[in-house]
Amino acid sequence: MSGRRSGSGVSSISDDQITHLVSKLQQLIPELCARRSHKASASKVLQETCDYIRNLHKEVEDLSDRLSQLLASIDTDNDQAAIVRSLLM
Amino acid sequence: MMNSPQQVKNPSSSLKSRFITRFLGALTKINAEHPISSSSPTRIFQRYRRIKVASNKSMAYSVRSRRIWSRAMLSRFRSRRSAFSVRRSSVKTTNCTTSPPSALIKVTINENKIAKGGLDMQTDELRELVPGGEAMDVCNLLGETAHYIKCLTTQVQVMRKIVDFYHLSK
Repeated sequence: MSGRRSGSGVSSISDDQITHLVSKLQQLIPELCARRSHKASASKVLQETCDYIRNLHKEVEDLSDRLSQLLASIDTDNDQAAIVRSLLM
Repeated sequence: MMNSPQQVKNPSSSLKSRFITRFLGALTKINAEHPISSSSPTRIFQRYRRIKVASNKSMAYSVRSRRIWSRAMLSRFRSRRSAFSVRRSSVKTTNCTTSPPSALIKVTINENKIAKGGLDMQTDELRELVPGGEAMDVCNLLGETAHYIKCLTTQVQVMRKIVDFYHLSK
């Protein structure tokens, strides 16, 4: 690998680095978490990651939709304080 | 020896509380500007869209410029805003100043093409899903993805709780 610098400071990416990062990703994805002892292949992890991100985007959309229907009853400070408390418990 | 969970300051809980505060503030504002009494389909869609944007914006602002993905998202929001004002005023080339130099982007994209053959094709899909992913090298892409996922799950978790809260209080 050439030592050419591109300004971002990365001149060569080792396989170990990639493997390490991929395994960290694996731990975040529920689908793959179940097989903890099993190390999934990098391509499997990437595929599941993409699916998971798409699911999360969809969830945000669905929840935004539901919120848009519930929004009428939002009271400012009282509700906010209560919500913040319950969310941070 | 068990460590008390409160001993070490948890950075993710302060991110969470920043997000909650911003998002709830945005919801209050949206509620004031788009009252639910007007039930035309356009209005409802507008509310939905504004809430979705508010959710993503609140998270990006809570992360601030500490991450590549959040910076990319924030500059996207800013260029959208200036795109609206372009219609009114004369041409503004704000995009040039906020985006990274194109030379840098070209170099990193070439490096990616040279680097990992098979992995490279796999990362194309991921690059489209993570804000700013196109210009990242593989290492950054994977790291940013991990953080982005953590933030998305926090977003979803908080939004769910808010929905439950208002659902129950009806």
